Amino acid sequence: MTDSARQTQVTAPSSEPSRLKTVWESDFGYAFRRSPVALVSCLVVLFLVLSAVMAPWIAPHDPFNPVTLNLMNGFTPPSTPNAFTGDSFWLGTDDQGRDVFSTILFGMRISLFVGFSAVLFAMILGVTLGLIAGYAGGWIETLIMRVADVQLTFPAILVAMLIFGIAKGFTPVEYRDQMAIWVLILAIGLSDWVQFARVVRGATLVEKNKEYVQAARLIGRSGGAIMLRHILPNVLSPVLVIATISLALAIIAEATLSFLGVGAPPTQPSLGTLIRIGQGFLFSGEWWILLFPSVTLLSLALSVNLLGDWLRDALNPRLR
Amino acid sequence: MSIVTVRGLTRVFDVSKPWLNRAIERLPKRKLTAVSDVSFEIEERSIYALVGESGSGKSTIGKMVVGLLKPSGGEIKIEGVDLFREADGDTVKRIRSDIQMIFQDPFASLNPRWRVRDIIAEPVAAHGGDVKGLAEKLLEQVGLSAADAGKFPHEFSGGQRQRICVARALASEPKLIVCDEPTSALDVSVQAQVLNLMSDLKDSFGLTYLLISHDLTVVQHMADRIGVLYLGRLVEEAAPDDLFSAPLHPYTRMLLEAAPKIDGFGRDIEPPQGEIPDPINPPTGCAYHPRCPLATDQCKSERPALSADGGRRVACFRAGDMFQSNIRRPGLGGM
Repeated sequence: MTDSARQTQVTAPSSEPSRLKTVWESDFGYAFRRSPVALVSCLVVLFLVLSAVMAPWIAPHDPFNPVTLNLMNGFTPPSTPNAFTGDSFWLGTDDQGRDVFSTILFGMRISLFVGFSAVLFAMILGVTLGLIAGYAGGWIETLIMRVADVQLTFPAILVAMLIFGIAKGFTPVEYRDQMAIWVLILAIGLSDWVQFARVVRGATLVEKNKEYVQAARLIGRSGGAIMLRHILPNVLSPVLVIATISLALAIIAEATLSFLGVGAPPTQPSLGTLIRIGQGFLFSGEWWILLFPSVTLLSLALSVNLLGDWLRDALNPRLR
Repeated sequence: MSIVTVRGLTRVFDVSKPWLNRAIERLPKRKLTAVSDVSFEIEERSIYALVGESGSGKSTIGKMVVGLLKPSGGEIKIEGVDLFREADGDTVKRIRSDIQMIFQDPFASLNPRWRVRDIIAEPVAAHGGDVKGLAEKLLEQVGLSAADAGKFPHEFSGGQRQRICVARALASEPKLIVCDEPTSALDVSVQAQVLNLMSDLKDSFGLTYLLISHDLTVVQHMADRIGVLYLGRLVEEAAPDDLFSAPLHPYTRMLLEAAPKIDGFGRDIEPPQGEIPDPINPPTGCAYHPRCPLATDQCKSERPALSADGGRRVACFRAGDMFQSNIRRPGLGGM
């Protein structure tokens, strides 16, 4: 082999397959293809997320535009023409004549947005604090982990309500409805960081004593660079699992808060808000207003949770 | 000229329970003296070996020499600079890039998420150096192929990984490499390959090694000078020929006798007596006296100083007696 030929062989990364293909062909991809639970729940999640994202284009009505609403359409049962207007709605309408199917699509948007953002926030906060606690040790670790322990003694929903209440008290009245979603994200995120911090701290304690970290320390890498470039990539797989399971919990937490009336405002109804509205009509016979948002929430949370459970088993070599 | 000068090096670890437990159970603080008053020099382009049992403090010394652990007392000067006292940042940086380390476990010393190319180039990249083609060049120098640069560590065997570690250690063109049991995690057949590689690289790069090992065979063939550690103290230091043919310290002699030998079949070998004592409560006087067959009352109350004796140093009151008895036993180191 000539020198130049060797050079091209070295520099050309064409022999390295794309990352997606690598994952699909790995043990992990094989386990995924062979697991019906994983496949079905992944499909359900994808379907729900896509329809939520595409809501403005696929929803037959805009439930937030008062001009398109007709109060005469109120309480139309599913797939039955309205007695007065003759309009028909696939999943019926609520008391104000809003199409339930459309409100579910838009509500899922809010629920998923809050869920994803809250988990992302909790993840960033928890992973950062966990890394620092594990790597720095000493009183910094004690401080962070004791705060985490104290927070863990309260139910997450209580912590979220507390934070929600305090944050709402600090927002000016005229911005409350606009800020409600962000306050909700903050509250759920702050109530959920502890799990991330604990797992990351534990993994960091293991990793930081490995020799590759010492090798990086002795060449003079700073603590921040070691945490970010060496330790973080090696502690991420449990984080991925917790993030998935947390997503289901965050969606349910959001729905719970909204159901209790402290979450998403009526102007931006999430699935929880819709269920709260619907439960008022359950005993007067308008079951569809409650049932369909509930079923959507159930299938969303259940499939995300099943996916997370499967991911945990697939990434845990001890269970193989 | 010596590249490393170690004077009175001491390291104490605090192994007490957390303060709350101490306060409740009224326990005193507990200190573990891992290294105590160790002094030695390493000549440039030579191999200095530290040997001793587990817990004798050899790895602790290695970590202090490379700057991973701060000494509790004494000083380490590398090229005349004490890394822990030097205030000038540029000097510290320059000296740091002159020191590298090869670790014991080749499965833990390479970041599993990094490609070999980035692992090898890191010592240079960390200080903003030019790393183009560096990993490929070094991989070929350690006997791997340049195409391996794009692979991940899990695609290599233990011996190959140790070669990658050697390549990483060479990247910043260091003068001193501390090797902490570099072959003890490898198969015997691979050990020889890695050691030969290290020998060759020492000659071509003009390196100095501090070799930490418990394997006397490795040390005998590699080292220019050997220091024997017992419970954190240097008990004997000599050139390998002297040490293996006529050990002065009874502990050195026990180590040599305990080493397996090719011609040792059918021969009755006295197994080593006792175990290394608890370093939290070390014995009074000479730390070796509970295991020493020659111990006297003086050994139990006084600690022998490390005294120089014609090119070698030994810390034993009865070293002279040992030497006499050894003359009659040639071929002890005949491995």
